[in-house]
Amino acid sequence: MIRAEGLRRTFKAGRETIEAVRDVSFDVATGELLALLGPNGAGKSTTLRMLTTLLPPTAGSVHIAGHDAAREPGRVRDAIGYVGQKNASGENHRIRDELITQGRCYGLKRRDAQRRADEVLETLGISDMAARVPGTLSGGQRRRVDIALGLVHNPSVLFLDEPSTGLDPDSRAGLWAQIQRLRREHRITILLTTHHLDEADRMAERIVIVDQGRVIANGTADTLKADLAGDWLHVTVPAADAARAAGLADLMAGVSDVTTEGRTVNVRIADADAALPAYLRLLDHDSIRVTRASVRRPSLDDVFINLTGLRLEESGDAHEATTDEPTGATHA
Amino acid sequence: MPKLIRDTATVFSREITPELRSPVSIVLAMGQPLLFLVLFGSMLVGTGADLGTGTGDVWQWFVPGILVMMCLMGPLSAGHSMLGELNGGQMERFLVTPISRTAIILGRTGKDTVTLFAQAVLIAATAIGLGMRLHLPGALATMVLLTVMAVGLSALSYVLAIASRPSGNLFWIVTQMLIFPIMLLSGILLPVDAGPGWLSAVAAINPVTFIVDGARALFTGDFLSASVLSGAIAAVAIAAIGLILSTRAMKRGI
Ligand SMILES: Nc1ncnc2c1ncn2[C@@H]1O[C@H](COP(=O)(O)OP(=O)(O)OP(=O)(O)O)[C@@H](O)[C@H]1O
Ligand SMILES: [Mg+2]
Repeated sequence: MIRAEGLRRTFKAGRETIEAVRDVSFDVATGELLALLGPNGAGKSTTLRMLTTLLPPTAGSVHIAGHDAAREPGRVRDAIGYVGQKNASGENHRIRDELITQGRCYGLKRRDAQRRADEVLETLGISDMAARVPGTLSGGQRRRVDIALGLVHNPSVLFLDEPSTGLDPDSRAGLWAQIQRLRREHRITILLTTHHLDEADRMAERIVIVDQGRVIANGTADTLKADLAGDWLHVTVPAADAARAAGLADLMAGVSDVTTEGRTVNVRIADADAALPAYLRLLDHDSIRVTRASVRRPSLDDVFINLTGLRLEESGDAHEATTDEPTGATHA
Repeated sequence: MPKLIRDTATVFSREITPELRSPVSIVLAMGQPLLFLVLFGSMLVGTGADLGTGTGDVWQWFVPGILVMMCLMGPLSAGHSMLGELNGGQMERFLVTPISRTAIILGRTGKDTVTLFAQAVLIAATAIGLGMRLHLPGALATMVLLTVMAVGLSALSYVLAIASRPSGNLFWIVTQMLIFPIMLLSGILLPVDAGPGWLSAVAAINPVTFIVDGARALFTGDFLSASVLSGAIAAVAIAAIGLILSTRAMKRGI
């Protein structure tokens, strides 16, 4: 449904040439939800602007629903909806007026545009604000108006640039319920960017990670985690034994990284659930007393740090599986 | 209905709705020309100057100038609001839709022109209240001339707003440094021939001068004056240049 091939875009700012997007290619199948992730300035918004006919690419091509965006922009525009990163409702205009205008822009008759405006106001829970101007709304309410504007014409392909930014947990859940419903009922194809990795993890069928204008990973959340991060084992031992414990970890199969932090040894290893008992036996054999042991599944955040060296959000949502080990428990 | 007309109507109706919801803003926006009319105009009449109108009615000489002044100032706020929408997400939102790019300019220009028309009627009514004699066919013809120019100026202000992104500096530099000299050098407030020779020379190549002269002739009903023709040519030229440049800029994308 969406095909980006070799997209590239440079900007001139004075004498400087900014390479916003260097090489981005990916496909999105009909009905799929793809999340585009990347740190600030990675080129996500620029990519979206090229996909939505707003910005001509310096090189590369875009096809949406079989239409070349450069040669048939009108066809592409008919098919897509776009919620940009910035606020889209005019300062002097009432919310409902803007929604009706938006419907009219897509060729709806006045009556139909009014009906659709009322429907999206209702679904996004902003009917009460229909007669207000955006300046009187809260940030999250304004964001919901932006999303409503992108949905008025029932697009078959929807682009969302950080739709959930500024929304409280309730509104985020509401937004996702709405997105899931659109997918279920209309099989709508969605490409979105987000800085909330938990959203991408739970909702997206596929994840594309861009950094410095290039695609650096493309796959399902599970394959990315398995291929690019690996599980973690954490064991706590007496400080004097930490170095010896780390040395033993190095001997195990599937280990890719071992570090010590004071009394804690961190081991990155494939299939940590199976590796933990083996490691504990090894430590016990060398008379190292383990006081705590835990397994941690990687999060998308770990994938991110591995690929880019950057954290995408402050609180990763790692699933900790901590087990307190009393001293004798290792004699299993 | 052809798509271009439909789309123009959509944009026009979006832009005019807030004005219709609070018509006071239209009156507030014409504060400056109104001040000039009432204060400056009254003083000018008080001097009893002979401004070469033939009819001897100073108001009939002064009011067309104020109307031109309004046409010069009106597009500034239009360009300013466009600049805001270019930097915000609003213009992007429209450009993603299949709406005609030409319609985005035509609809906005149309709204600016209608607003100016309403303001011009108010100015003329005020002037009548102050003692101006009205030549109705002449006044209507003047409005047509000024409408043509207003379309061009409003379109040009959009070109300027697009070219000034994202800082808007260029927009303010040009409007601050250009509009006032153009206004003063077109003889809007006082006759330019009263100034030194170099001043009249500059005024003679100022396209707005032609329009002011043409408007003054029309306003008194002097349809056959040569200055009407040159004024009309200047107005059509401004409109054509403005519309061509602005639709081109819009189609190129932002
Ligand atoms: N119009 C422009 N002129 C010059 N540089 C630009 C322009 N638009 C974007 N850039 C630059 O291109 C790069 C990519 O920007 P882009 O907005 O695509 O990033 P992003 O991935 O969306 O970031 P964020 O997560 O902060 O939204 C940045 O370095 C940015 O400064
Ligand atoms: Mg962005």
